[in-house]
Amino acid sequence: MAALSSPLRLCRGILREIRAIKGPEYKQSLAYNYVLDQFRKNQITGERYCRAQEEALHASHSYLCLLTSTRQHLALYDIYHGKGQRDTEEMAGIVGLRLPTQPGGKGWEK
Amino acid sequence: MRRLTYIQMPPNQSQALKLLLSVNSKSYSIITERKKFYEDVSISHGEGGMFEINLDQRKLKTPGGKLFTAPNEALAIAVANEWDTQKDVLKFYSMHMTTLCNTALDNPTFRSKDQMITAALKYLETDTICYRVEEPPSLVELQNNEWDPVLNWIEDRYNVVIGSSTNILGPEIPQATMNTFRQHLGSYNFWSLTGLEYVITQLKSVVLAFALIDKHITVEQAVLLSRLEEEFQIGHWGNVEWAHDVDLYELRARTAAGALFVHFSSESSTVKRKLMQD
Repeated sequence: MAALSSPLRLCRGILREIRAIKGPEYKQSLAYNYVLDQFRKNQITGERYCRAQEEALHASHSYLCLLTSTRQHLALYDIYHGKGQRDTEEMAGIVGLRLPTQPGGKGWEK
Repeated sequence: MRRLTYIQMPPNQSQALKLLLSVNSKSYSIITERKKFYEDVSISHGEGGMFEINLDQRKLKTPGGKLFTAPNEALAIAVANEWDTQKDVLKFYSMHMTTLCNTALDNPTFRSKDQMITAALKYLETDTICYRVEEPPSLVELQNNEWDPVLNWIEDRYNVVIGSSTNILGPEIPQATMNTFRQHLGSYNFWSLTGLEYVITQLKSVVLAFALIDKHITVEQAVLLSRLEEEFQIGHWGNVEWAHDVDLYELRARTAAGALFVHFSSESSTVKRKLMQD
């Protein structure tokens, strides 16, 4: 079985991600309250080995991974992803040229 | 800008939309970004115990025009959080949970459970874990050390024979194995199956997908094992941030979303109260 982080680490990690996204008012966000609630609920168990608890732990680990990797992916996307093709007029403008205009319209245009 | 020609003037708005959709057959959302048009995101109870997402006062809809509904609170909150995360520009390509829900709700390619199961099992014939190299020796060793344990685990867990192969055609999967997996996949509901097929497609491996969904390995481990040869080459030749890292984080995000989606769609969480004994 994979070595999962402790519940405390996961909870802190998820809340840290939420704070990174939302900023100062992160405590009012939906996700914040729900996550805390879930962690509290799943804590209470008398069993030494609780299947449901392990599953919840795995799910929270996956959620932390989702939040972290989405953020990291977006950060790189913003840096590296192409901006797409520009309009012909814009492109001409970059090198200081203007597109020619034909008052009667070009031959093939209706 | 695409030109749209109407054959006749449609009498009302919805007919116009239908005509547009029939003319423009690739209509299922090619838009990747748009401006943010709401401030607050919240969830609310809908009919039949489903949850709806509210963007300001408006209810979220799927690209197909249906009302967006999630079967439980956890999934609804995960989706709501994705919408809440967006800043001035909505980046749809980063909203994986939403995309998965939309696919499950709309089923835009009209597939049945059986078709999805067949498509998913097709990946087994060329499963990443089973496709081994013969050289260089260090990669062979790496593959054996990292992949064999997972292969043994799944063969044990499901009582099947898969095996690995260095043959170009891949391993011979016995029919009994296919039957066992087909039966197992059939026990998942449509939503879970959507997620499961998605994970299989992302990881390019049925074995790894099962290991992840059965919570035997974490998302990071699954992604690492899926990209084992790439990681090996990176270790040898160096890392290229704009290719390797982008791929890595995107794969992690998608796989994590898929795994979470399956977990939320198939779980039935009940709180059992034990009697206090003193």
